[in-house]
Amino acid sequence: MPDTNQDAGSAYNYAYLDEQTKRMIRRAILKAIAVPGYQVPFGGREMPLPYGWGTGGIQITASIIGRDDTLKVIDQGADDTTNAVSIRRFFARVADVATTTRTEDATVIQTRHRVPETPLREGQILVFQVPIPEPLRMLEPRETETRTLHALSEYGVMQVSLYESIARHGRISKAYNYPVLVNGRYIMSPSPIPKFDNPKLDRNPALQLYGAGREKRIYAVPPYTPVKSLDFEDHPFEIERWPQSCDFCGSTESFLDEMIVDDQGTRQFICSDTDYCQERQENQRQEAERQEIRSK
Amino acid sequence: MTGITASDGLAPGLADPAHDSQRLFRAILDAFAHPGRIVALPEAPAAVAPMSQAATAFILTLIDRDTPLWLAPSFDTPAVRDFVRFHTGAALVAFEADALFGLASTERCPLFDGFPIGNDAYPDRSATVVVEVPSLRGGPSLTLRGPGIDGQAQMAIPGLTDDFVQERAANHALFPCGVDLVFTAGSELLALPRSIVVER
Repeated sequence: MPDTNQDAGSAYNYAYLDEQTKRMIRRAILKAIAVPGYQVPFGGREMPLPYGWGTGGIQITASIIGRDDTLKVIDQGADDTTNAVSIRRFFARVADVATTTRTEDATVIQTRHRVPETPLREGQILVFQVPIPEPLRMLEPRETETRTLHALSEYGVMQVSLYESIARHGRISKAYNYPVLVNGRYIMSPSPIPKFDNPKLDRNPALQLYGAGREKRIYAVPPYTPVKSLDFEDHPFEIERWPQSCDFCGSTESFLDEMIVDDQGTRQFICSDTDYCQERQENQRQEAERQEIRSK
Repeated sequence: MTGITASDGLAPGLADPAHDSQRLFRAILDAFAHPGRIVALPEAPAAVAPMSQAATAFILTLIDRDTPLWLAPSFDTPAVRDFVRFHTGAALVAFEADALFGLASTERCPLFDGFPIGNDAYPDRSATVVVEVPSLRGGPSLTLRGPGIDGQAQMAIPGLTDDFVQERAANHALFPCGVDLVFTAGSELLALPRSIVVER
């Protein structure tokens, strides 16, 4: 019985996809960069995991990644959840690539539903997994219609839906997948990231690529591109604030997850970005050690 | 490719297709993400005259049987045709309007007239034109602004006339439609997507 783990590398082409598919996806990525925010259709392939688990993001990553890269994969900010672990292992196996959990060390970061708290730098590529790429889909189910609305830059329906939210709730109640306007032209779904992360998309020095596997769309935000969260003059866009701080690292800046830790309903708030949180804890530990040495 | 030697008169393609094309694509991706930036192609394959190394690498990296290619008369030589047909399988088309990629030089004026620009519903169905230039440096400076550029960038390609600036402005006015340009010289290239504003 051959060791299938060892054979996997040679039985498949490098990075799983065949070269023809990679070329097709690479061409789509270049067109997506040339028209920021526009959803380029591509010939999505079957991937060895189900739709909804990041097939779009994986196809983009497979088309750009090389042996010199260092890959980080996060799921809701965490490096250690099932989806992140399996995608990271997948690329370590099929693309012979170094992996990391440190945002600073990564050249390619594939993410599901978060933008890392640590600021990204020029040269890094952030690959988003997108379930529903069309921001107008919940307002207009027909693809032919939404395509025309984008073509004509006719986005009144989106403004009306945000207005209705204000009329009903007194504020724009959308907390994630909050629509943005890219470079003043295309309304884009930022994927289901919390709106807390929306300001990080604006003029980010890293290249942002978005892949939707089920719907077979790729779109991009080039570095330093203006990304504006939609709002109204009298209801400006704002991000959430909490009175709590992280129970592990004490951060008041980061996006927090609420955990129920026992059956008495005791709650704990912790950073959703595990790398950011661990980095801070490590720094605090080192600082405490230094102080201890000084006090002796 | 195995079995093909220099005596067949055909230049070799990428020695290690998966890894070579990945490295070359990342350089091209870097160029598109930072318009106006001169990007060196790592270990680019040998040039197939009269194409530069960069144009040869670009063709080997991105062109295949799905992407019809249009060659300007100065590049329409048996050596280039054989090379493109053998290594990429791309159809060589006689009319710009049928092409998804073009290979031209600045002698052509207007430079990218007649190539598909896509339409408002599908602006991605547009051509990318590779323009061979003698150098990417030392010409009159043009200012670039737009996605991928922090503030503004400069581009100084010799041989670009006022006509080019006008034609390019007309191309940008078509946004989201329009043609994307890639300038190549030696083993370096510079990308100018349609989203970028070019000014004197």
